[in-house]
Amino acid sequence: MSTASKALTANRLSDGIAVWYSNSQGWVDRVVDADCVSTKEEIALFEIVAAQAILAGQHCDVVLIDVEMTEDGPRPLKLRERIRAEGPTIRLDLGNQAA
Amino acid sequence: MYRYDEFDHAFVGARVAEFADQVARRVSGDITEDQFKPLRLMNGVYLQLHAYMLRVAIPYGTLSPKQMRRLAHIARVYDKGYGHFTTRQNIQFNWPALSNTPKILAELADVEMHAIQTSGNCIRNVTADHFAGATVDEVADPRPYAEILRQWSSIHPEFSYLPRKFKIAVTASDADRAAIQVHDIGLKLKRNDQGQLGFEFYVGGGQGRTPMVAKLVSDFVAERDLLSFTTAVMRVYNLYGRRDNKYKARVKILVHELGLETFKKEVEAEWAIIRHSELVLPAQDIAAIKAYFTPPVLPDRPEGLLAMADAFQVDAHFKAWVRQNCNEHTHPDYAIVTISLKAIGAIPGDASDVQMDVVADLAEKFGHDEIRVSHEQNLVLPHVAKADLPVLYAVLAKHQLAESNAGLISDIIACPGLDYCALATARSIPIAQAISNRFADLEHQRNIGELKLKISGCINACGHHHVGHIGILGIEKRGEEHYQVSLGGAADAATQVGEIVGPGFSADELPEKIEVIVNTYLAHRTSNDERFIDYVRRAGLDPFKAALYGQEEYAI
Repeated sequence: MSTASKALTANRLSDGIAVWYSNSQGWVDRVVDADCVSTKEEIALFEIVAAQAILAGQHCDVVLIDVEMTEDGPRPLKLRERIRAEGPTIRLDLGNQAA
Repeated sequence: MYRYDEFDHAFVGARVAEFADQVARRVSGDITEDQFKPLRLMNGVYLQLHAYMLRVAIPYGTLSPKQMRRLAHIARVYDKGYGHFTTRQNIQFNWPALSNTPKILAELADVEMHAIQTSGNCIRNVTADHFAGATVDEVADPRPYAEILRQWSSIHPEFSYLPRKFKIAVTASDADRAAIQVHDIGLKLKRNDQGQLGFEFYVGGGQGRTPMVAKLVSDFVAERDLLSFTTAVMRVYNLYGRRDNKYKARVKILVHELGLETFKKEVEAEWAIIRHSELVLPAQDIAAIKAYFTPPVLPDRPEGLLAMADAFQVDAHFKAWVRQNCNEHTHPDYAIVTISLKAIGAIPGDASDVQMDVVADLAEKFGHDEIRVSHEQNLVLPHVAKADLPVLYAVLAKHQLAESNAGLISDIIACPGLDYCALATARSIPIAQAISNRFADLEHQRNIGELKLKISGCINACGHHHVGHIGILGIEKRGEEHYQVSLGGAADAATQVGEIVGPGFSADELPEKIEVIVNTYLAHRTSNDERFIDYVRRAGLDPFKAALYGQEEYAI
């Protein structure tokens, strides 16, 4: 069963690589390792994390995205975000999908 | 080709040092992303879906083997082993780390290249006919004028903060292989009745969400007046172009809103003030730039005809490739060779580091040290002796660079689309691959004949879909990718914007629907000489609507 919720994503300043936020690990390279939240309070906390990340300046394009929870972990709902998470669909040797 | 002088080297070198300092200050936190973003964009560094993207200018699409090898080196060392040649004769690297971009720019500067003005509201890379300087159908090489415009527009203080980006293209041929009428300024080099060189001067073409064909603003601007007249146009645009709405900020909107006659009057009034100023191009300056573009000395190679005839006997693929991918050269012993970056099922415009090195080697060995990048996302060797074509072809074939499809349906222009681009709303590349695979049979492609299919993954139209004989626009509809098809577009001497044929299709449906369109043409053309675009112009969209949607639905 899947639950609609939010994850926090950004691109890392140094190399531009897409990352997602985990409360326990900080910014992680794979969306399945991210935390996803669904209550108003949790989303408000992620918005604070986002604001802090922008202020800290080591991440760009920090935004909340819609995800669904799967057995493997969070999965973005929109194709655009799935492509960001996995890699170009026409080059399966690139991005996280290649790992 | 043009070589940097001391000023150029110092200027580009200083810019690299400046950007290295800006990157260091950004990484250390001295400047914010909001402060840094316009600075990185001025140096061609975008942030896309997966990583940064570096767009490198290839002025008027001309490259030396040394430069091509450097691009291959950058792909190998700083990226993921490939680059993407674009519809504006640029190359894009999709995975560079920000921290490496100053090093990459230094490596580019070392071979007289840069990424300046490949983004931002300024005059972008000036593009030109990729057959320039070799083709039989031009009045003169247009590239010296592109170079003059490049020098004049580089960090031009008055035109660095325009209402919107500004694109100039130059051709010297009636065939117009540079798509000049869908550029902000399009220049066609010509001779007047007295034999003097000058330009048909078009303004206000463009694609994007409001496609427009450029208007003829002057039938003849003498070559000495190129910069003064261009400055007059730019000043009118800079003064009156809209800055309140980015979607209405291109010069095409200004020309449309003012009306052509009013726009022309404004330009003439401005030109009257400056036409005799220091902007007049001295003949010796024009000659000095032209000297850089002196054609290579091409020794007679009359053995070529026999060599080709022999090769034709034993290799039908070679014969097909020569017929499709080689064009007439001013020297009868030579040919202009189009190297297709559209192998069946491949990603349009992508070239691996190995392929780039191979093309550099071939240009050095057989091509008099010249390579061109076409806006159709192919590479060109403009000066190859016919006698060398068999061995050249054999090497290209070994590296998946010998597809005999120049100008055919699988020679597809496609933007990077949603697989890379932060602006895209749908994927382009998988659609191109699916159509290419569906029409893989080259004999069938040749039977169809010339057909320009162009795909954009969003309304910004980087894939030139508005001017495709068949144009495909990817959009998002209720969370799904959806594709609108237009027919009848063209970017040649008879430039026109295509017309949407009807309701769009899903990605799965699309290849079959393209086949329906092609079969409709094949069933109704008067002869093989009537090209797809000729048929669309003659018959209109009705036969295609009927075939795609059925008579009954179409009647509604």
